[in-house]
Amino acid sequence: MKSRVWVVLIALAITLCAASAALAGGEVNVYNWEDYISEDALELFEEETGITVNYMRFTTNEDMLVQVRADPTNYDVIFPSDYIIERLISEDLLEELDWRNIPNASYTLDWLNSPSYDPQGKFSVPYMWGTVGVLYNTRMVSEPIDSWTAMWDQQYENNVFMMDSIRDTIGVTLKMLGYSMNERGQDALDAVRDKLIEQKRAGIVKAYQVDETKDKMIAGEAAMGVVWSGDAAYAIGYNEDLAYVVPKEGSNIWVDGMCVPKGARNKENAEIFIDFMCRPDVALMNFEEIWYCTPNAGVIELLDEETLADETVFPPQDVIDRCEFYQDIASDITRFNRIWLAVKSAR
Amino acid sequence: MKRSSFAAPYGLWMLVFTIVPIFIIVYYAFTINGAVTLDNFRMFLEPEFVGILTFSLWLAFLCTLLCLLFGYPCALFLAGRDMRRATLFVVLFVIPMWMNFLLRTYAWMTLLEDTGLINRFLEWIGIGRKRLMYTENAVLFGLVYNFLPFMIFPIYSVLVRSDRNLEEAAQDLGANAWLVFLRVTLPLSLPGVVSGVSMVFMPAVTTFVVPRLLGGGSFMMFGDLIENQFLTTGDWNFGSALSLIMMGLIFISLGILHRFNPDAESNGAVW
Repeated sequence: MKSRVWVVLIALAITLCAASAALAGGEVNVYNWEDYISEDALELFEEETGITVNYMRFTTNEDMLVQVRADPTNYDVIFPSDYIIERLISEDLLEELDWRNIPNASYTLDWLNSPSYDPQGKFSVPYMWGTVGVLYNTRMVSEPIDSWTAMWDQQYENNVFMMDSIRDTIGVTLKMLGYSMNERGQDALDAVRDKLIEQKRAGIVKAYQVDETKDKMIAGEAAMGVVWSGDAAYAIGYNEDLAYVVPKEGSNIWVDGMCVPKGARNKENAEIFIDFMCRPDVALMNFEEIWYCTPNAGVIELLDEETLADETVFPPQDVIDRCEFYQDIASDITRFNRIWLAVKSAR
Repeated sequence: MKRSSFAAPYGLWMLVFTIVPIFIIVYYAFTINGAVTLDNFRMFLEPEFVGILTFSLWLAFLCTLLCLLFGYPCALFLAGRDMRRATLFVVLFVIPMWMNFLLRTYAWMTLLEDTGLINRFLEWIGIGRKRLMYTENAVLFGLVYNFLPFMIFPIYSVLVRSDRNLEEAAQDLGANAWLVFLRVTLPLSLPGVVSGVSMVFMPAVTTFVVPRLLGGGSFMMFGDLIENQFLTTGDWNFGSALSLIMMGLIFISLGILHRFNPDAESNGAVW
């Protein structure tokens, strides 16, 4: 009986200690993509700083943007992509970062230091970058895939996963039709809509999804799917039959940054968090968990030749050259969404 | 202290979480950037939006019909058992409901997919893979699976409470089993059917996520559309208009159901 009392007391003491440590460090509200961080890195952060991380997840940029707009003060660190950062800056929804608190940001690769979406380099620290391409199962296709048109090929009926994300799916269709990914003309968008509806009605599309695709591809559920490069690298790690290609027509190259929304309640903790994520050993943990291309020179130094030669993770220059960044489409999102709804509701 | 003051906390709750939000929705639905307009409703008349609504209504109708077809015999069966065993069956029906329906839907995904358990079994016995997931039928199946208990239990509870002597009296007066069912059991169970139908049809029309998971994002229902307006486009005005239209439809279907309910006058409610 007595020993049981002790156990309870000790448990209580530990809880109190943990709670007071958390109180001492305060908290930080992090809003990141689904499957986009190493859980161990988060734990290490809490251990080292005593700051409690309230971790929240989103699936697409557009979902995140709506939430941040509704109340930016709910979040301290967010992980938007390039064109959304551009958007947030233009809407005055981001805090300027205090670089004195983020010394590890100096590890960022040169070409990402003042990117087009944040020209003065005031508001964001790159977290990961990558491409959009096709992940395909070499056993289920008749020849290696090199073009977006394969996703409209009738022989792959019920065998193609498209991405349930407005910009990406409309973007790759624009590319296939020979437009820029940033084309906004109504004729081009109408052509995209017709092409996507044609693809859906022909029964080629198996599903529109985002985070599920990598696991379904590992399981051999479909011949190909549109994915982000990190998901591709992750899936190839589990199934050797899979291969990734950035089609010859070109595609999207993107950077996800870490930003602090306007009026964030714990800006200092946010900067501590961002700095921690840029520390090479932590950035390496994240890299090895999610396999997106790291913008951190410190991590690249730690990697071996074989990893650096992996073209899925580190795209070669000719791939980068045929890719383009998304630009912010501002209020045209309504028109894009109409196209998207027409596709999604088509039967 | 007056008795009615006990209801005050609930009244406050209703005010803050039901009445006020409805007014907010109405405000958003009839304005764009603060200016009063009907444009949100006009936009709904575009073919893709009307199409999504009719598709949802059709699917919810099929779902309700199937739930009734499967649920009624099931409720009859449960109500017909002797007390002890009936409890066991009822518990067996309730157990799956202890788990969140999303988790159950995810479980179905791993069963139904091309490389899933069911297809592996079909392959093993030589039938070969069937396309089970990402189809309209998969969505319908998911809806029926999730809402079936909401049909069974209202009918069951009415059947269990109904007076058995009436059935016996009908038999004594020479009615065969069919006639007893048609003229006595069925009419007596109508209030249960009506509340079952309303408890299945209405949530089925507004379902979201389930169609996305089992239909692979290819079958958009009205609930998904409302979600899309709030979460992806951020158009709260149009989203609110859609929600109001949804509410209107629910009230209309409640009204229609109300007419079918023989008990309506005595208890004044459908459930």
